Amino acid sequence: MSKQIEIKDLDIYYGSFRAVEGVSMLIEPRTVTALIGPSGCGKSTVLRSLNRMHEVIPGAYVDGSVMMDGQDIYGAGVDPVNVRRQVGMVFQRANPFPTMSIKENVLAGVRLNNQRISRKDADDLAERALRGANLWEEVKDRLDLPGSGLSGGQQQRLCIARAIAVQPEVILMDEPCSALDPISTLAIEDLIAELKNEYTVVIVTHNMQQAARVSDRTGFFNIAGTGKPGKLIEYNDTEIIFSNPEKDDTQNYVSGRFG
Amino acid sequence: MATSAPAKSEPTAQSRPVVRIGDRVFSALTLAAGILILLTLAGVAIFLLIQSWPVIGAQTTDPEQITGGGFFKYVWPLILGTLISAVIALIVATPFALGIALFTSHMSPRRLAPFLGYTIDLLAAIPSVVYGLWGLALAGNLVPVYRWLAENLGWIPIFAPDAEGTVSQTGRTMLTASLVLAIMILPIITSLVREVFLQTPRLQEEAALALGATRWEMIRMAVLPFGASGISSAIMLGLGRALGETMAVAMILSSGAFTWSLVVTGNQTIASEIAQNFPEAAGLRLSELISIGLVLFVITLLVNMAARAIVARTTVKGN
Ligand SMILES: Nc1ncnc2c1ncn2[C@@H]1O[C@H](COP(=O)(O)OP(=O)(O)OP(=O)(O)O)[C@@H](O)[C@H]1O
Ligand SMILES: [Mg+2]
Repeated sequence: MSKQIEIKDLDIYYGSFRAVEGVSMLIEPRTVTALIGPSGCGKSTVLRSLNRMHEVIPGAYVDGSVMMDGQDIYGAGVDPVNVRRQVGMVFQRANPFPTMSIKENVLAGVRLNNQRISRKDADDLAERALRGANLWEEVKDRLDLPGSGLSGGQQQRLCIARAIAVQPEVILMDEPCSALDPISTLAIEDLIAELKNEYTVVIVTHNMQQAARVSDRTGFFNIAGTGKPGKLIEYNDTEIIFSNPEKDDTQNYVSGRFG
Repeated sequence: MATSAPAKSEPTAQSRPVVRIGDRVFSALTLAAGILILLTLAGVAIFLLIQSWPVIGAQTTDPEQITGGGFFKYVWPLILGTLISAVIALIVATPFALGIALFTSHMSPRRLAPFLGYTIDLLAAIPSVVYGLWGLALAGNLVPVYRWLAENLGWIPIFAPDAEGTVSQTGRTMLTASLVLAIMILPIITSLVREVFLQTPRLQEEAALALGATRWEMIRMAVLPFGASGISSAIMLGLGRALGETMAVAMILSSGAFTWSLVVTGNQTIASEIAQNFPEAAGLRLSELISIGLVLFVITLLVNMAARAIVARTTVKGN
């Protein structure tokens, strides 16, 4: 279970403001793709367009198409709720549901799809998801305590467990480590490397080493100036982007000589 | 904090923390405000207690002097009437309040929402006399409904007809008064709950939506749990308002002896009893009215304390 994503000539708007212009990318299944670029160039916007989360903002819409295994997620009659059930998302700040226990947090998405899951199945599923998120050993003795009692890094892995518990096709991560310490960051990076065996992973990061470490392909976004739309400047294998990119802009950005 | 620091520093310097004059003044002011509130509260309580002293005296020497033949006999039906009307009002108002608050905070089109919020706040500004007049007009129209209730559900004590087998001909019953109370407390509950709902952390809402929650599921997963404590305190404030509401009930209710039936003439609330009898009261009668005022004061205090306890128990920390 892992889908190919093909973005074709995508423009993304917030009302009349065109935030992103002309993005085309082909993302293969079972790969990690990193989106990098300066602040405000539209990385989050592109990422959120892959599960139609940007539509939560009033007035936001896209022009173009995003195909998942050949099906346009923006096609007529496609319900964004169904898209989001196939495309999991992890946010910059961990956001477990504060009133739910650790286990209930993991099962939150599952309960939406399938109310009548037996107790045993639920326990098994929770264990599998927590193991998948490398969190099981740390929380197995306190599954019924609130998720908000965990450390930041543990909470972020709890959110990953919650996302993979519904067995999505794709996992999107928007700067998942930016609020974490180096140890927790490493834990998440290891996890991403494992997730790649089963899912298509797309990650936004400001950390160049992280992009180089975890991703197979990297897309570099840039913006000509404030108020101008962000564009995909270069999209290639991560090694090439970091060692021998085609564009000068990319070279300047990855080597820290930006602006 | 370096662990070696205290050993090196002078003991005197350590024991005297820096105090800024602004902080001093500010804390003195807030302390004064806090004490003032407590003094006011104590003042009211003491006034009520002193003024109702004759009733306590009469109760111990000759209970027959007191209206209804004894203080407790007199006050019980009033307490029940007060609580029943307030609880019915809450039961009717709360679902509407939650629904309206959810609609205006999360469901309605963006242009409509502020307009709706404004309308609700406006409802809160209508004086209770106006609600009373409106309730009187409403009462007559409710008579057929009450008749139907008595005929079909009369076996339930709260809808039972009176001894002659009829319901109130004017419709000025406990149920009418409670319904008007419900409408009066609707705005305050709605606007408080709406504010709470609007505070739901965006991150929580997005967490639910990103899992594939529909809008309603998102509300159930993120908005309602987050708002739980706010909802209970809003309800308690509504209850407080319903308990103390005087004018509308005094105008609408054709008061009388206590009865469980809500569709016949009868019943009375404490606030309305005081308002209706105060102008002609003197001597012991006056003390009686003040003493039931004291009872209402205590009930309201208890409700507020309960509200505090509930809020403290259900508060969640969002992030
Ligand atoms: N909710 C919104 N409403 C209007 N404009 C928005 C909204 N969110 C983002 N934008 C605009 O879209 C553009 C791209 O924003 P986006 O958040 O995608 O950038 P980003 O690359 O993720 O930046 P960062 O690295 O700082 O997270 C910016 O110009 C931003 O101002
Ligand atoms: Mg971003």
